[in-house]
Amino acid sequence: MQWASAGEFFAMGGYAFYVWGSFGACALLMIVEPFLAKRRLSEVRRSLIRERLADELESQQRTQ
Amino acid sequence: MNAFFATVRRDLLLAMRRKSEVLTAVFFFVIVTSLFPLGIGPEPVLLKKIAPGILWVAALLATLLGLPRLFAADHVDGTLEQMALSPSPLGLLVAGKILAHWLLCGLPLVLLAPLLGLQFDLDASALGILTLALLLGTPLLSLIGAIGAALTLGVRGGGVLLALLVLPLYIPALIFGAGAVEAHIAGLDVGGHLSLLAAMLVLAAFFAPWATTAALRIALE
Amino acid sequence: MRKSIVHWFKFASPQSFYPLAGRMIPWFWAAAAVFGISGLWISFFVAPTDAQQGEGYRIIFVHVPASWMSMFIYMVMAFWAGLGLALNTRVSAMMAQSLAPTGALMAALSLWTGALWGKPMWGAWWVWDARLTSELILFFLYLGFMALQAAIDDPRRADKAGAILALVGVVNIPIIYFSVKWWNTLHQGSTINMNKAPSMAQTMLWGMLLMAMAFWMYSIAVALMRVRAIILERERHTEWVKHAVG
Repeated sequence: MQWASAGEFFAMGGYAFYVWGSFGACALLMIVEPFLAKRRLSEVRRSLIRERLADELESQQRTQ
Repeated sequence: MNAFFATVRRDLLLAMRRKSEVLTAVFFFVIVTSLFPLGIGPEPVLLKKIAPGILWVAALLATLLGLPRLFAADHVDGTLEQMALSPSPLGLLVAGKILAHWLLCGLPLVLLAPLLGLQFDLDASALGILTLALLLGTPLLSLIGAIGAALTLGVRGGGVLLALLVLPLYIPALIFGAGAVEAHIAGLDVGGHLSLLAAMLVLAAFFAPWATTAALRIALE
Repeated sequence: MRKSIVHWFKFASPQSFYPLAGRMIPWFWAAAAVFGISGLWISFFVAPTDAQQGEGYRIIFVHVPASWMSMFIYMVMAFWAGLGLALNTRVSAMMAQSLAPTGALMAALSLWTGALWGKPMWGAWWVWDARLTSELILFFLYLGFMALQAAIDDPRRADKAGAILALVGVVNIPIIYFSVKWWNTLHQGSTINMNKAPSMAQTMLWGMLLMAMAFWMYSIAVALMRVRAIILERERHTEWVKHAVG
């Protein structure tokens, strides 16, 4: 362990902007991408459920 | 083989009736190369240094200009479907169309390049290398471009998409083509550049018509 | 033998792959988390400060895995696309489509972290180094693949056209890489050799490998998530999808 304090850790020996800029960009994109994939999946599911409800309503009305 | 030459002849005849399409690409080439000195300044040393790159990039873009039309007209009037159904292999006919494209869009650039090179203060031997490199490189551009043209046939925003697909694949041709002239100006041997360019041309001549045919069949489905 | 082939083809149908992917995703997330945490721990607390580059070298713990993954994903994508073209299996084409954005993301991360590494080390955000240039071209190839697939409305045609493009790309990548390298050595002025830059300590290599594993697992997990959405979108009119969505 080469860090004496948390401040020193975050300073990264003067390279803070570059190191945290790299790791931060990776973390950010790797959170955003799964979120977008998840949203795409739930959007399809929602529209499929809506479609099915519409179908069911239609068939109910037809039987009445 | 007759079918091959018939296709070449037909495409050339069709192009002769609509000369403006061929001339557009040539004028584009001339104008773009002439714009660079105006943007950069008339200093001969600098111009001589950047000439190979500029001429090659302009040639690349000029070839790109004619590519969307390579299959489009035949696709619209149904000729392409007839070609796919004809007894002669589609790959052969496609190769004929690519050759015709090169004769119309590539060869004029090769012939004009030495003239344009004079604007950039290139000496006679450098002009010779430039012409030779373009002679090997422009067929390669037509071959690779044909794959892109077939893939984007009848697709929304085809022209811009074609540029996006094809330009990254043109990079090796650009590097070795422009590199040959630069190496010659720097007094180095150009044999390596030219033979690599020729090797890529042979490779593309084997595979590109095949890939283009596959892409066309998909577009026709 | 015959039975095992049948067994594998069973998962080639969207209907059976959809729930299977759903079951696999949490495991890949867990693996990504384990590898990621241990990799980060090594890269920040175990790996020593580099003698030449100080703490700035720690960027390689994300830069190198992102570059590796961007190249690897293109190969995998082309493999699935080619398989889809040859065997006409729908899931493999969907898998290729779902991998492309992740691959492009990795290429973008590689370029971004490369720039952030280059600025303090070489004094420039961008140098026309052979690797950075090839990475940029790879990024363009990903963009082309995604743009082509997005522009074609018929999904079957989009799959096949994308497959041809991916295969052409795979043939071209070595040629492009070689030509860029040649171009780079010819113009000696700006050459900077990244191979020699950090003398790699054993712990650094471990950190990089663990981070690469984390990136790999992440890519699989997110590609599976996306492929599930693609399956539902494409198969929305089939009977099984109506039952699968509760």
